[in-house]
Amino acid sequence: MEKPLTTFRLILATLAVAAAGSAAAAEFNQFQAGKSSLTFVSKQMGVPIDGSFRKFAASLAFDPAKPAAATARLDLDLNSIDAGSRDANDEVVGKPWFNVKVFPTATFVSSTVRPLGGDKYELVGKLTIKGKSQDVTAPFTFRQDGGNGVFDGAFVLKRLEFGVGDGVWSDVSTVANEVQIKFHIVAAPAAIRK
Amino acid sequence: MPATRYTHTAIFIHWLMALLLIGLFSVGLYMSDLPLSPQKLKIYSWHKWAGVTAFVLVLVRLAWRAGHPPPALPAAMPNWQKTAAHALHHLLYLLMIAIPLSGWLMSSAKGFQTVYFGILPLPDLLQKNKELGELLESVHTALNFTLAALVLAHIGAALKHHLLDRDDILARMLPFLARKR
Repeated sequence: MEKPLTTFRLILATLAVAAAGSAAAAEFNQFQAGKSSLTFVSKQMGVPIDGSFRKFAASLAFDPAKPAAATARLDLDLNSIDAGSRDANDEVVGKPWFNVKVFPTATFVSSTVRPLGGDKYELVGKLTIKGKSQDVTAPFTFRQDGGNGVFDGAFVLKRLEFGVGDGVWSDVSTVANEVQIKFHIVAAPAAIRK
Repeated sequence: MPATRYTHTAIFIHWLMALLLIGLFSVGLYMSDLPLSPQKLKIYSWHKWAGVTAFVLVLVRLAWRAGHPPPALPAAMPNWQKTAAHALHHLLYLLMIAIPLSGWLMSSAKGFQTVYFGILPLPDLLQKNKELGELLESVHTALNFTLAALVLAHIGAALKHHLLDRDDILARMLPFLARKR
């Protein structure tokens, strides 16, 4: 007597899972360079200075239904830095800072992504600058906007851990050790297979 | 009895300003051609903090002056000299206000906020704009050289009054020079 009802429930449940699956099947993995930005704030004598990297590439795969399976890799062209002024731009590519002749790119490779509830996530990975690698943790939010996935996050790195700004510049009372990095990454969903 | 000299407060602020302005001008000239270094960043900040201090001081000074009018000029002074003296003082005050303002605006336009003593951020009145920043730098420089020229005229006039006219103009600001009658 109960049998038809159970079967009916089973079908409903299967349908529900399938529906949820197809709605969330979107994996965002098409990096939109023109819509993304990578900016930072350094501090000089207590004065916040905005900067950015004009050229960087990201390869990522993020499915909000399976955030733990997400991966991300960022390669940034250190020559494309805008540190806030012409003086600073000439300076930071040099040997005491990024030494771009030897180390033209910085990379970030994710190791884990952890959902923190709601639209909040936490990204952990290895950041390599100037041949030195450090684990960094960056909270970020994910939202969908016009079909694209938008990732916004920020973290603070200590420049001296990467040997960025050594010698006379290692005096953190002039240029602070802490640099805030902000990322805004936009990715389109994977092409849907029919 | 009309006052024959400035108040102690007015005298104190005048000479403090004199020291500040000479220091600010010299450091300003020196720092602009320095190559980028931590030292340069420090000197720029010190210059900006001293400039903000001078700006506050000139406002305090004007407020004090409003309540404590300066002593009258000697009756024997020709009218054209009185007019010239008043005009010069007006210009000096105008520049003492305009110069720190131009420096503040220049900093904003160049994308370097002014943070007083590294603690108190002053609002950026302008958006970052490279061309405007360079224009304001020229304005700041031109105003400073104008002030320097006017300060020289101010010192020259004070000395002329003291040494040639042998009146009490300089003694109003340096009471120990007052002549015995």
